[in-house]
Amino acid sequence: MTFKFSRTVLAGLTAALVASVGVVLPAQAANLRMAWAQDAAGLDPHTQPAFSSLRLLELIYEPLVRHDAALDVVPAIAESWSFSDDGLTLTFKLDPNAKFSDGAQVTADDVKASFERLLDEATAAVARSNFLSISSIEATDPATVVFTLSQPDAPILVAMASINAAILPAKAIAEGAVATKTLGSGPFVLDSWEPNSREELSVNPNWAGGEIAYDGISISVLPDETAILASLRAGQTDFALINDPLIATLVPNEANLQLNAVPGLAYNVLQLNPARAPMDNLKVRQAISCAVDRQDVLDTALVGEGKVTGPLTMPAYAVDPSTLFCYEQDIEKAKALMAEAGVDGFTAKVIAATGEPPVASAEAQVLQSQLAEIGVKLEIELMELSVYVDRWLAGDFDMAVAQNGGRADPYPMYNRYFTKEGNLQKVSNFADDEIDSLLQQGRVETDLAKRKEIFAKFEQRITELAPWVWLSTSNTYTAQLKTLSGFEPSATGTLFGLTKVTLGQ
Amino acid sequence: MNYLARRLLTFPLILIGVSLLVFFSIRMIPGDAITAMLGTESGLLTPAQRQALAVYFGIDQPVLVQYGRWLTGVVQGDLGISVTHGRSVMTIILERFPLTLQMALMSMVIALAIGIPAGVLAATRAEKSTDVVVRIFAMLGQSTPGFVVGLLIIYVLSVYFGYIPTMGSFVPFWVDPVANLAQLIFPAITLGFAFAASVTRISRSAMLDVLSDDYIRTARAKGVPKRSVVWHHALPNALIPVVTLSGVEFGYLLGGAVIVEQIFALPGLGRLTLEAIGQRDYALVQGCVLFIAFNFLVVNLLVDLAYAALDPRIRLGAR
Repeated sequence: MTFKFSRTVLAGLTAALVASVGVVLPAQAANLRMAWAQDAAGLDPHTQPAFSSLRLLELIYEPLVRHDAALDVVPAIAESWSFSDDGLTLTFKLDPNAKFSDGAQVTADDVKASFERLLDEATAAVARSNFLSISSIEATDPATVVFTLSQPDAPILVAMASINAAILPAKAIAEGAVATKTLGSGPFVLDSWEPNSREELSVNPNWAGGEIAYDGISISVLPDETAILASLRAGQTDFALINDPLIATLVPNEANLQLNAVPGLAYNVLQLNPARAPMDNLKVRQAISCAVDRQDVLDTALVGEGKVTGPLTMPAYAVDPSTLFCYEQDIEKAKALMAEAGVDGFTAKVIAATGEPPVASAEAQVLQSQLAEIGVKLEIELMELSVYVDRWLAGDFDMAVAQNGGRADPYPMYNRYFTKEGNLQKVSNFADDEIDSLLQQGRVETDLAKRKEIFAKFEQRITELAPWVWLSTSNTYTAQLKTLSGFEPSATGTLFGLTKVTLGQ
Repeated sequence: MNYLARRLLTFPLILIGVSLLVFFSIRMIPGDAITAMLGTESGLLTPAQRQALAVYFGIDQPVLVQYGRWLTGVVQGDLGISVTHGRSVMTIILERFPLTLQMALMSMVIALAIGIPAGVLAATRAEKSTDVVVRIFAMLGQSTPGFVVGLLIIYVLSVYFGYIPTMGSFVPFWVDPVANLAQLIFPAITLGFAFAASVTRISRSAMLDVLSDDYIRTARAKGVPKRSVVWHHALPNALIPVVTLSGVEFGYLLGGAVIVEQIFALPGLGRLTLEAIGQRDYALVQGCVLFIAFNFLVVNLLVDLAYAALDPRIRLGAR
């Protein structure tokens, strides 16, 4: 009885299998089919810091200004802006064509309401600390917004170019609907979102940024990047985000695929904790910096995908890393420094998060073998991300392997760690009068050439004091079918460049 | 019937135990919804910002108060709201469950359709070459991890056939049966592969035991044809351990198969639970685990009832 039944089932299954391989799925209306492994975690642009959330929200909302591919600030909702001579007022003129996807004009009142929401502590906005110099916001007419500042604040413009400072409709803010319903002025409208499964976006007909050559984007969440590669290979996906450098290196082997790699702004770093002996000794920290072979860490742990970097990763401020303190491995010097410090080797625990970034544990292992040469014995503690974050925020580690986010401007990138009032001072456990004053000078200086000088000094000094050992930047990757054209990648990782894409045949 | 009633009475007690265990263990893991959402950025929050978020996530109250509130909801059939999805936990689970159930059923059908005949075949040809071949395959099937089988299938399909099953979203059977089967057949094969191997081994050894029993000798002596001895006299008794194994395995499958769901990007219960844990979405974790435990209890009960049907000697309630 059982046997007969199972035979029919088997026959049925075989038939289904044969049929399925033969069936060609009908193409949808010209939609870009996109895949990523990490889905957005939420829809409120003011409270979501995760890269995966920003990538989605950048397609739906717009800030006042945005970064172009060269990381210069260019118009978005604002068509022009100007600082007063004393640097205490910042005036924006809004683009008259900027409209929300429901057709309503983006007005100065929307800008005012958005920044008031950002600054309200109850919102728990992630970018709030970048805007504390704002003392008042005034909508002088529907297309003009004036920010009055308590002190000159050159980096504030860069901070405004983040989707974490997106302009939301005043109406949606008043209704408290921001976290559940999206209504933005960006190139696309979010039609549906099934978290960790799929998103459907259609082109926003009211977008002021020009025509888009296709009808929408269908995003699939494929948590395994091997499957993303297979899906691209089979032509079922047009465009994908890739996080794992190992997968990225396989993309160029496929005849129908193209890999776009851009050095990112985030940096991989070995954080030392100067609050704990013997890392409180400058010479010990310098010895560790000299003992590390940064190129070797990059080649081994990141399979060469990235580049050795100093603290400043943005192209406008970055210097040749070989000019920085001990950027060439020098074991002799390291041993001499250890001897001067009177430290004869020690054991330290280094914390790292599993899979965040994918290269963290490999980096820890390479560093372990390099530092063993000067008698520093590393014990690696691998932990889940949330556990790691708790320990990291509490400064509860001897050393930490980390990947910290970058910014297009050095001040907001490092003030949190290295100014005396920085709100992550507990994480770095490091303060220095000169570093503090250099960062403050860089904050108020508006002249770009002078700022470069100031931050070059900052970079020399911080690598010499070696609270941290900066290692490398990773690449941000996207992979696409060769039939697609026109995508402009960006160091910030934004997918805004998709608005320029045409789907080939 | 009274056996059934007694069994059903223990259901709520077990579920309360499970809920207590999950409720407190998920809160004992370091990190909460705030650090899960903000990562290292959560260090930038002012105390007032943190408090506002705690209120939003419903973790500002003492744990016992939270549990009381949650339990009150559950008794009224309300599993709460998921903070990451912004919808009711029950709705999300019921959306994901059809996929998980269908995949579990398909894997089970594949496993039984291959495992039982193969096991019986091996038992009736014990120690001959057929038996050896079957046993080697069973060993292979049991020792190959699911992710290897899954990735191999994807690799072969995409490289040699330029084909890949629909990934990322689920096509329900009633919407498009062909697309639905095409999507689920490969994950089901992946899951059924190891499952079939254990069914093969269990049914082979059970069959060998039964074939040496007295009543089988009697049947043979009466001149019953060999085929009939195997399929009608021996098999029902040999199936009892197979039913036990399948029940347990099926219970597991109803909890979703995390690794296969990850590889084939299927939005099933397993990934839902895993992601909920990662994002510290407490209500969703509690709801999923409770739902999975409930399924386990139901499947166990059905297995016990199946024993009685297979073997009249088992008297329910006489234990």
